[in-house]
Amino acid sequence: MDQGSGVLRSVTSGRPAGSAAALRSTRPHVTVRGLSKTFGTSRVYDRFDLDIPRGELISIFGPNGCGKSTLINLIAGLIPVDAGEILFDGQPLRDIKFGYVFQNYREALFPWLRSIENIEYPLKLMKLGKAERRERTERLVAHLGVKIDLKRYPYELSGGQQQLVSIMRALVVDPEILFLDEPFSALDYEMTLFMRDQLQRIFVETGTTTVLVSHDLEEAVYLADRILLLSRGPARIADFVPYEAARPRSDATLSEAEFVRVKAHCLEVFQREVRKG
Amino acid sequence: MTRVNAQVYLPVVGVAGLLLLWYVAVWVQIVDPVLLPSPTETFRAMWDGMFQGKLGFDFLRTVERTTLATLIAAAIAIPLGILLGSSEKLYRSVEFVIDFFRSTPASAMFPLFLVLFGVGDATKISVAAFGAALVIVFNVAYGVMNARKTRLLAAKVMGASRIRVLTDVMLLESLPQTFVGLRNGVSLALVIVVVAEMFIGSTDGLGHRVFESQQLFAMPDMYAAIFAAGALGYGFNLLFLLVERRFVHWSGK
Repeated sequence: MDQGSGVLRSVTSGRPAGSAAALRSTRPHVTVRGLSKTFGTSRVYDRFDLDIPRGELISIFGPNGCGKSTLINLIAGLIPVDAGEILFDGQPLRDIKFGYVFQNYREALFPWLRSIENIEYPLKLMKLGKAERRERTERLVAHLGVKIDLKRYPYELSGGQQQLVSIMRALVVDPEILFLDEPFSALDYEMTLFMRDQLQRIFVETGTTTVLVSHDLEEAVYLADRILLLSRGPARIADFVPYEAARPRSDATLSEAEFVRVKAHCLEVFQREVRKG
Repeated sequence: MTRVNAQVYLPVVGVAGLLLLWYVAVWVQIVDPVLLPSPTETFRAMWDGMFQGKLGFDFLRTVERTTLATLIAAAIAIPLGILLGSSEKLYRSVEFVIDFFRSTPASAMFPLFLVLFGVGDATKISVAAFGAALVIVFNVAYGVMNARKTRLLAAKVMGASRIRVLTDVMLLESLPQTFVGLRNGVSLALVIVVVAEMFIGSTDGLGHRVFESQQLFAMPDMYAAIFAAGALGYGFNLLFLLVERRFVHWSGK
């Protein structure tokens, strides 16, 4: 595996929109088949199937307790599945590199390491040398245009900055897929708006397949190429709604007819599922 | 700014108040002057004792014993606490034993340790180490067990092996609690050492100095030795706090 060139590749080739669309029509990136999971007596997933398209940003939205976070935790291997198969390009999870961003950045970052050392940590686990770790991290920072003093410790940064450090820590290994579990829900509204656009920029720049769990419908639609709407448990796909507005999207996007239509449709499906429960 | 500056001097108020009360008590002779010497006399006795008399030597002996006891306790209890804490089942199986002996007054163990180690320094140091070790092991084990689940998960998700999770996350997560254990441990070790110095065939140490002064009715010397013991306890605590602040900069953040 060529570990060094990943960031560079995505920096230099920068995947134009046309080829991204072409890639989307190829085979799915992640295939979930027959996924089952029971917690105690509640059956959260029962023979659940899902295809996640390559290079897209998927938002997961659904009623409280339907297992949104559980789904990405199962896919990312944080909790074991009872039954079923999850493959990434036909490979099992252990053979691929992925990034995971927790909701609680305060508890996910290591406070004893400086921010830059936090970002480098996964590279250390990959047994890369100090010089190479620093080089890759600095390249990622420059590429994303992040203006944070990374010599500081995480607890010296604002919430949004800490979550940005978390996201960079997930991205530094050049993941094939990025999971985010309600990454902005601990931030204030102003910071959430800022971070949405940061995430969108990161997605446009890297083209990494991204799965985002959100509890905010506006955010879910605004960021997504496709919104996965789940039903109450055992969860089924209530709808898998495409939203194809051009990127970069901005505040103006929020008042466009297409956005309003997709959001209204998602809300309707959501309400229907809530009433069923 | 002026308010912050004023705050710094607040602790002085209590000290000044105590000294004032003491002077007044001596002046109006509430207590027999033989039993309560004036602050001036006491501090002169302390100064003389520390730099010319036996108090300085006794002070250093107590420092030596307490330090040794704490070092021995830490050397045994920290690795043991990590081991016990890394497996909750293991800890639960020995929890009762630890809690039982942690609740047993260490002074009740003197006769046993006397039989084991004789009347020398070894007994004083080992009883103190025993008491301190139980406090430290308990805190370290809890520090390891209470490591933030998200942080452990984050390391696991990034591909850290079990051993890397232990060395890179659990150990560092437990450091703040370990320092709590060390601070409590050193305080307890000092208590035990001073008590031991009073009784079992002792010829030096702060405990011995307090006891001997009282026997000789040398009250200023006795108060001086008590204050020296207090200063020592405070100093140990402060030392650990400073070390903690330096090396566990994230504590409480």
